[in-house]
Amino acid sequence: MEWFDNGWGLTLIVFLPVVGAMVMAAIPKAAERVQKWWALVVSLVVFALSVVAIGRFDFGSAKEFQFEANIPWIKAIGSNYHIGVDGISLPLLVLSTFIMVLAVIYSWDHWEEPRNPKAFLSLMLILATGMNGTFVALDLVLFFIFFELVLLPMYFMIGIWGDKQVRRLPGFGREVEMRLYAAIKFFLFTLFGSAFMLLGFLALYFRSGDFGERTFDIPALIALGSDGAFTGTFGWLVFGALFLGFAVKVPMWPLHTWLPDAHTAAPTVGSVLLAAILLKLGSYGFIRISIPILPETARQWAPAIAILAVIAIIYGALACLAQTDMKRLIAFSSVGHMGFVMLGIATLTDVGLNAAIIGMVAHGLITGLLFFIAGSMSHRYHTREMARLGGNQKLMPVLGGILAFTVMASLGLPGLAGFWGEFMSLLGAYRPLEGLNLGVFRTAMVIGAIGTVLTAGYMLWMLQKVNLGEPREEWVGHSFRDADRFELTAWVPLILLIVVIGVFPKVVFGATSDAVTALVQTAFGG
Amino acid sequence: MNPLLVLAAEEPAAELVTGGIWVEWAGLILISPFVAFLLIIFFGKRLKYLGAEFAIAALAFNTVWASVLFVLNMTRGVLYERTFEIARIGFLGGAKELVFELGWMVDGLSIMMYFLVSFVGLLVFIYAVGYMHGDVRVTWFFAAFSLFAGSMLVLVGAPNLVELIIGWEGVGLASYLLIGHYWEKKENSSAGMKAFYTNKVADVGLILGAIIVGVSIGTFSFSEMSRLATEGGNGLAAVASVAAALLFFGAMGKSAQFPLHIWLPDAMAGPTPVSALMHAATMVTGGVYLMARTFPLYQNLAEGVRPAMVVIGAITLFAVGLLALVQDDIKKVLAYSTVSQLGYMMTAVAAGGYTAGLFHLFTHAFFKALLFLGAGAVIHAVHSNNMSDMGGLRKYMPTTYWTFVIGSLALAGIFPFSGFWSKDEILATLGVEGYTFVMWVGIGGAFVTALYMMRAMALTFHGTYKGDGHPHEAPRVMTWPLIGLAVPAAIAGFLNIPGVEWPGIRNFTEWLAVRVVKMGDYHPKEIDVTLAAIGLAAALAGLAVGWVLFGRDAATQRERDRLEIPLLYPLFRKKYYVDDLALGLVWLVKAPFARAVLWFNDYVIDGIVNGTGFLARGLARFVYGGLDQRGVDLIVNGLAAATDAAGSGARRWQSGRIQGYAASFVGGVVVLVLAVVIFR
Amino acid sequence: MIINQFLILAALLFSLGVYGLLVRRNAVMVLLAVELMLNAVNINLIAFEAAIRSTLAVGQVFAIFVITVAAAEVGIGLAIVILVFRNRKSANVDELNLMKW
Repeated sequence: MEWFDNGWGLTLIVFLPVVGAMVMAAIPKAAERVQKWWALVVSLVVFALSVVAIGRFDFGSAKEFQFEANIPWIKAIGSNYHIGVDGISLPLLVLSTFIMVLAVIYSWDHWEEPRNPKAFLSLMLILATGMNGTFVALDLVLFFIFFELVLLPMYFMIGIWGDKQVRRLPGFGREVEMRLYAAIKFFLFTLFGSAFMLLGFLALYFRSGDFGERTFDIPALIALGSDGAFTGTFGWLVFGALFLGFAVKVPMWPLHTWLPDAHTAAPTVGSVLLAAILLKLGSYGFIRISIPILPETARQWAPAIAILAVIAIIYGALACLAQTDMKRLIAFSSVGHMGFVMLGIATLTDVGLNAAIIGMVAHGLITGLLFFIAGSMSHRYHTREMARLGGNQKLMPVLGGILAFTVMASLGLPGLAGFWGEFMSLLGAYRPLEGLNLGVFRTAMVIGAIGTVLTAGYMLWMLQKVNLGEPREEWVGHSFRDADRFELTAWVPLILLIVVIGVFPKVVFGATSDAVTALVQTAFGG
Repeated sequence: MNPLLVLAAEEPAAELVTGGIWVEWAGLILISPFVAFLLIIFFGKRLKYLGAEFAIAALAFNTVWASVLFVLNMTRGVLYERTFEIARIGFLGGAKELVFELGWMVDGLSIMMYFLVSFVGLLVFIYAVGYMHGDVRVTWFFAAFSLFAGSMLVLVGAPNLVELIIGWEGVGLASYLLIGHYWEKKENSSAGMKAFYTNKVADVGLILGAIIVGVSIGTFSFSEMSRLATEGGNGLAAVASVAAALLFFGAMGKSAQFPLHIWLPDAMAGPTPVSALMHAATMVTGGVYLMARTFPLYQNLAEGVRPAMVVIGAITLFAVGLLALVQDDIKKVLAYSTVSQLGYMMTAVAAGGYTAGLFHLFTHAFFKALLFLGAGAVIHAVHSNNMSDMGGLRKYMPTTYWTFVIGSLALAGIFPFSGFWSKDEILATLGVEGYTFVMWVGIGGAFVTALYMMRAMALTFHGTYKGDGHPHEAPRVMTWPLIGLAVPAAIAGFLNIPGVEWPGIRNFTEWLAVRVVKMGDYHPKEIDVTLAAIGLAAALAGLAVGWVLFGRDAATQRERDRLEIPLLYPLFRKKYYVDDLALGLVWLVKAPFARAVLWFNDYVIDGIVNGTGFLARGLARFVYGGLDQRGVDLIVNGLAAATDAAGSGARRWQSGRIQGYAASFVGGVVVLVLAVVIFR
Repeated sequence: MIINQFLILAALLFSLGVYGLLVRRNAVMVLLAVELMLNAVNINLIAFEAAIRSTLAVGQVFAIFVITVAAAEVGIGLAIVILVFRNRKSANVDELNLMKW
């Protein structure tokens, strides 16, 4: 297994999917079974490789980058093909490969019009390369490329397979098709952010020349950053630029409005991947790049981030309460949940960052599952209007039960995965990094805690509207297919993981704790 | 074995058990209901009693185990704690570590709760087999019921705050599922939501309190916390009052203290066995248990918070108790009486009566479960919750009647039933700790309690029958648990008569005293006869007044509510408007606030986003239409027009015939060659 | 000078090719004519190489290049012709006026 540790393992995890997508092009269009099996095999192999990575990962030195490869790539600008994982990125990488397998299984016989599994699966595989690559990239150029690579397949997924509903949006003279609006909004919004992010990267590159050779290398920049290389106005501006890039992706209030539209319009699998993994790219960027490279500036920005985070928590919850569309409600709930993640990050403490990571993983599992369910329900009812649903528990007991479970997980029930992220980010906010304004953070803690109440409110309300009561008249006499084997195969692993992480969070913390502590110590000096 | 555990009880036990299989494996008590839950979910439907077997087996196992622990503790005293690490993360920049653990605790307090939950739970489960016979979802009912009992056992067995929170919210979840058991009707699912939600509001207090304590002392362990609270002079002292107030807020939700009591009467929407278990042993006792578990914090550090707690408890015990007087639904009468009794417990614990509060919790569990099961038997017979449909049932249901009488007398605090002893100890504690006024409120509460219990008894069992059909005694599977509960309801009080020692066993006070630290609470050494007489007199007066007012057969609602005190009566009927206030708040958040936010989102933020898009498009149109098409393009188009003209002239040359082109090509070459040759 | 004969041969061959290119109507024959022209050039290259004897054997190398290119050209050309024939049932270059404006 020497080859695995030398970087080949991660390289395969990253690039096998895109190779798979190329091979997919050679499969005849009519051979749908072959295409599905191929996509499943590729994603399974990638997942298996990431499991091997867990097995071979040295948890004793989780703060070190492992399975590293570092070879010159674009010599002219000193950019290297530098990849590796540490305890922070490992859980997210595994989450990404894991969700991908489930997404392929789920999509086995759930196709939105205009079907075309070949194209859809190819896009999914390309997406996988982008996501996995972002989590292992240790070079800013590489990171940027993977970060952007994700956009394209998602754009097409939403734009082609998305919601064909025509709506009149405020401010538009004519009616617009939601998928087109959402796809373009998603693309432009993210591109807007990443343009600034690229500027920030370039600024770091050129400034690093003042302290030796110019570099895009993240560990090298972290070393420079913790020595105080990037401070003052320069640091402030660079942090701002990176903030724009990452905050759009998270998304943080008030840069979040692409999210409800994109999630609602995207096909089921697209929503799942979007919620489960894409959103994590932004918060991961904060942890991997912004904070360790620009620790001093992060201190200055932290209260602002905390304030935006709690605004997102309350705001997202209130917006959820006013929704009539089930999928849109779930989409808005992401704003609130990611608010907790960002609150954890803003504390700049080891507790907070750990909270953010487990919050990311939990949100990926839980909201991913919620979107799966919402997709399956709209597949059957052909509507997402909560006013028309009701009595789902009676019509489809298994599906309704799973929905109830997931709702409980999503509102942060202790003993399930969602609890730890919320609880610990509040814990972190009680005692943020020394020197940060206690008043701001403790207020944030209290407001965040109130946010959990509101979260419970809209989740229970949704559950009552959708699941409980007698079925409405229009559904009487219909026979609904309860959760089928593909759905169960995709969902049961998620359910199990939610419980396992909830009862035994060491599954995640075992990897992250040391790495996060090391990060905080390097950045803020123990 | 945690080395930090040091015995420092006020009256040290003669011997202390810290090992042995019963103690070391006590965690099985916590796990078995969850195992039952899974078994019921997956295999329950195939069995004869649709899964009840698993639930009952699990609780029977627990009852046996808890009884052994109970006896061990009765005779010798048990103290044991065992934990398993579930997470360890860096804290304070890696300077320390924050450890999260799951495990179990075996001490006097936990053992009492284990026993209560298991024993009462077992009887209620057996009863439920009869009560739920033919229900739409028996299997699911028993699954959720097991979850309920299991979560409560986790709550009371938790050695640290985090595990307590897990059990705490698990109880909330299970109550949500069970209260909303008949979720086809919206009122029922709304009642479940109300319970879960009110608790969730209170949980904010618990979670924040846990965070503050945990961060201040770097651990969530109760033993550690108690030790530090007793020692003083550490990080805990500075935050103790805030943390204590927050934890109390959490307890207010679970233990239905005013004004967070509103969920409890609505929780009657669930099947009666649920009410019985919820009111007796699980759920509502959680808050009192939390106060008892964190007692050293209140006793030593957060003394400033205690008077406020006593006041809230006193309001609860008296004002909410009054509401029971105007209810027609028999379960609601009992529900308000539970709230009132919880007020007693909370007041006692807050005043410093650690033993007194817990003793009342202990006795109350038996007689309240008994009363609910009795009410359930009645409801089962007449198919209505309303006392206006009952009356005269004494003749039809003798077993139910007599057990109900025992429960009522115990609740009213009549000598020698169990309630008398525990209520007396609470009153004595209040007097000694200097809360004289509250003590008199408590005596007034005893009067009210007796009054509404007499009303309930009279309207249900006396007079003439007003319902439909022919009521009959409940089946044996339901009456046996009634008898099983009537016995402890009658005699449990003898376990803690001040100044009386039973041979061979230790006093109730001593069971609970086995703790990590000195509790410093008050418990009477001998009975205060005057106070006991006053309390008993109040209760007897209540019974007498009740009999005078309601003893006659009453045909109309006006007659049944014979207590139409002006001003107060409408206030009672409206439940002091607390429910409306809460609903208004919910509406306020849900309708205007949420809509405003959505409007802001769709019109302001999205307006800016779309506006930017429109602006860019407008700019683009100007650049394109104005500048480009009419300015720059004029030149370009001119050039293009010229090219176009030239092209259409030249295009005649393009015949499309390759050989024609080739000929021109050859011709051209020839011309060039000639030119080279000639002009060289 | 022996080289002249080769040059004359090449010129004749080239002219033959030009003639065929211009006159023949069958696309295959046109391609053959192109081949003729290329080979004429080859003869020239070899002849000059023999005369000059450059150290790098440039002439021969170029000749081989031309042969390679010619082979590729014929390959693609014939493929096009076959496709055209399949579509239009004729390989007459006069009828191929799709490229006309």
